[in-house]
Amino acid sequence: MSVPEELYYTAEHEWVAISDAVARVGITDYAQRALGDVVYVTPPAQGTRVTAGDPCGEVESTKSVSDIYCPADGEVIEVNPEIDEDPGLVNSDPYGAGWLFKIKLDSGDQVPPGLLSAAEYTALTAEEQ
Amino acid sequence: MPDTQAPAPRTTPLAAVHKDLGAAMTGFAGWLMPLRYGSETAEHNAVRNAAGLFDLSHMGELMVAGDGAGAALDYALLTEASAIKPGRARYTMICAPDGGVIDDLIVYRLTESQYLVVANAANAAVVAAELTDRVSGRGATMTDLTDDYALIAIQGPRSAAILAGLTSADLDDVRYYASYPATVAGATALLARTGYTGEDGFEIFVGPADAVRIWQALTEAGQADGLVAAGLAARDSLRLEAGMPLYGNELGRDMTPFDAGLGRVVKLDKPGDFVGRAALAARAQSAPSRELVGLAGRTRRVPRHGYAVLWDGEPCGTVTSGAPSPTLGKPIAMAYMAPAAAAAARSASAGGGGERLAVDVRGRAEPADLVPLPFYKRPARD
Repeated sequence: MSVPEELYYTAEHEWVAISDAVARVGITDYAQRALGDVVYVTPPAQGTRVTAGDPCGEVESTKSVSDIYCPADGEVIEVNPEIDEDPGLVNSDPYGAGWLFKIKLDSGDQVPPGLLSAAEYTALTAEEQ
Repeated sequence: MPDTQAPAPRTTPLAAVHKDLGAAMTGFAGWLMPLRYGSETAEHNAVRNAAGLFDLSHMGELMVAGDGAGAALDYALLTEASAIKPGRARYTMICAPDGGVIDDLIVYRLTESQYLVVANAANAAVVAAELTDRVSGRGATMTDLTDDYALIAIQGPRSAAILAGLTSADLDDVRYYASYPATVAGATALLARTGYTGEDGFEIFVGPADAVRIWQALTEAGQADGLVAAGLAARDSLRLEAGMPLYGNELGRDMTPFDAGLGRVVKLDKPGDFVGRAALAARAQSAPSRELVGLAGRTRRVPRHGYAVLWDGEPCGTVTSGAPSPTLGKPIAMAYMAPAAAAAARSASAGGGGERLAVDVRGRAEPADLVPLPFYKRPARD
């Protein structure tokens, strides 16, 4: 189970990479394993305002559909152009090529409130198993 | 506070094998079963192109035996069991007096006086109780042998080639829907050329103590052919492509076989009474209130169980099962539709489509086409 140290996490199994007031968001290795083969992703649309904790998209696998929960307040400035054609990237490379969307953060350079560290997320998933 | 915990799920004789293979396990009908071992899409494709190995030990095995067994099952089930030749099998159902379906089943006639009834895990206890009741006083006994059998299925075009070297049977003698006592990897087994995938394959009934050895032997024998372990997720997408009903989705206690488009299993012309006869005879006379249809999605969002089918934006049916189809490369679904809407959608789809037929996928109408069932038919064997 991969939980990269340098990332932040949410209790809904999203990861967040923060740099220059922009958050890059995806779902974790734990989530992609639980979902199985991802067949379609509906990310939030570019230009939409998003609010921390609100559902902002869907990840659909063969057997189920899960909401993507927005990890922070801001504006969606980019959606991964590969993900529509190749949703399997979420399974094969959840922290890299399988990223989903980028948010220009209301919190600027500050880490948005409420995110978990890698250690906290690891502890959370250990409990869930 | 009373203890309301459910009993721990039952495990099959292959539990340790699934663990070693890293299977994602799931609770199913009171059993802990492998959902998938890796990618369920890869497992599905392996069954279509090579072969897959399934643990089906959760299924119920109910033996009805005695001089009156055939006649007793003629009464208990929809099929004319006494007309099944020894060594052959039939797909059928057990219904309630009101014609509602209690389970769908395969009956294997093993000998003149022995019939093995295989029930869905979720309904095994109810079917066992009903059969006990229905055969009572008719010269037959019902014995629940579920714990005395493990069930391993090998399914896919390479199945016979892989199994051939491990069995005493000449597989050319085991026709589709036949059963054959044989040995597999040296163990006593009942081979059945039946399955739930739409491919050629065998269901192997063995004693629980032999299950692991047979699984390992098949795994080794099948390696060069691309045999993989396959779980319940692949099992479901395979049977959906093959247009096969799943009890709880396409079939249920609240419908007759006619409502499921499976009136062909109701043998009203067999002699003698059977449970549900009067209700089903009446039902056979009336026009169907709905039709089971196949849908192919035009977008990639998947129609799922319970979603509304729309014709010109109006609800006219409900999806019973839906999944992405690895073989067709698009989402597929089975649904019940009002017959008039089904007929209209059928001609629209045959004429090239339009956008009148859709499924409400979580608030968005996704256009679909009405397509004939089954979605997939295996290529003819030479």
